[in-house]
Amino acid sequence: MSDTVGIVIVSHSQDIAKGTADMVRQMVGNEVRVAFCGGNPDGGLGTNVPRIIDAIEAVWSAKGVAILVDLGGAETNSEMAVEMLPPERRGRVVVCNAPIVEGAVMAATEAAGGSPLDKVRAVAEELSAS
Amino acid sequence: MVLAAPMLRSLIAAAAEQVIACAPELTALDQAIGDGDHGANMKRGFEAVLGKLDTIAAAPPGAAVKAVGRTLVMTVGGASGPLYGSFFIALGDALSAGKRLPEDLADIFASGVDAVSARGRSQAGEKTMLDVLVPVLDTLRAEAARPDLAARVRATATAAVERTVPMLATKGRAAFLGPRSIGHIDPGARSSCVLVHAICNTLEAHL
Repeated sequence: MSDTVGIVIVSHSQDIAKGTADMVRQMVGNEVRVAFCGGNPDGGLGTNVPRIIDAIEAVWSAKGVAILVDLGGAETNSEMAVEMLPPERRGRVVVCNAPIVEGAVMAATEAAGGSPLDKVRAVAEELSAS
Repeated sequence: MVLAAPMLRSLIAAAAEQVIACAPELTALDQAIGDGDHGANMKRGFEAVLGKLDTIAAAPPGAAVKAVGRTLVMTVGGASGPLYGSFFIALGDALSAGKRLPEDLADIFASGVDAVSARGRSQAGEKTMLDVLVPVLDTLRAEAARPDLAARVRATATAAVERTVPMLATKGRAAFLGPRSIGHIDPGARSSCVLVHAICNTLEAHL
């Protein structure tokens, strides 16, 4: 079970983050590990580096972690969170350039099959190809 | 000039207090072309810095400036957290790596500007904080030897903010607005100007 890529969902909104995680669990099942976070440190809309780091650690897998984000600040804060991880973990976390809901479902589906991080990311990012 | 602990403390405190004082203005600017949280986010971050000022200012200059950056990263909650955080972290790293003041001031500042550019994958001309930071760096390089450097840097920053008004935003939340971003001051450029003024004013007062 620990042998699947972990999925982290980062939205500006706690409700969107939780709702996306709920959809992943319903559509993909519990064999993939999903963590989510949303909102700024005061509980308003925004993102929060310490909580992104916690979410990454909560679903940590030797195969790595794929992060799905909504708007720009979520991406920037997620990249910052990755840089603040211990050096040996940094290279095994990716921020996917994909729509948050569809990307999370596709990434989780791929991860559940035991695919490596590169493949999980590629499947999510196919959604952004125009 | 040696960046002694009392001076370092004064600089950090002035920067934080000025940003906090300008939070309503930053929010108003951000409501026009962003999501309206820039003032509140910066205020939260710099209040956290002030709350730790005793600990931060007791550290060597490089570590202290880096601690300011890490505090902003952990508390701001918007894209400005990683952007300003990376700026101060890079400044701190440059100071810790043996860069000296005042002779290496422009190089130290350049480390911060490069970090912002890398973090935001952005360049000057895209209606962002870089449209203040890059002209300030140019002035630091060109006029380093002048006795009125602080006044010149301040004037550069003020003029640079005004030059963001006709710019089309292509990075950050304002880019969603496309042509409607034209005609407004960029909030990040304004907050950078506030920080630059706070630093210049404090240095002048102590020289």
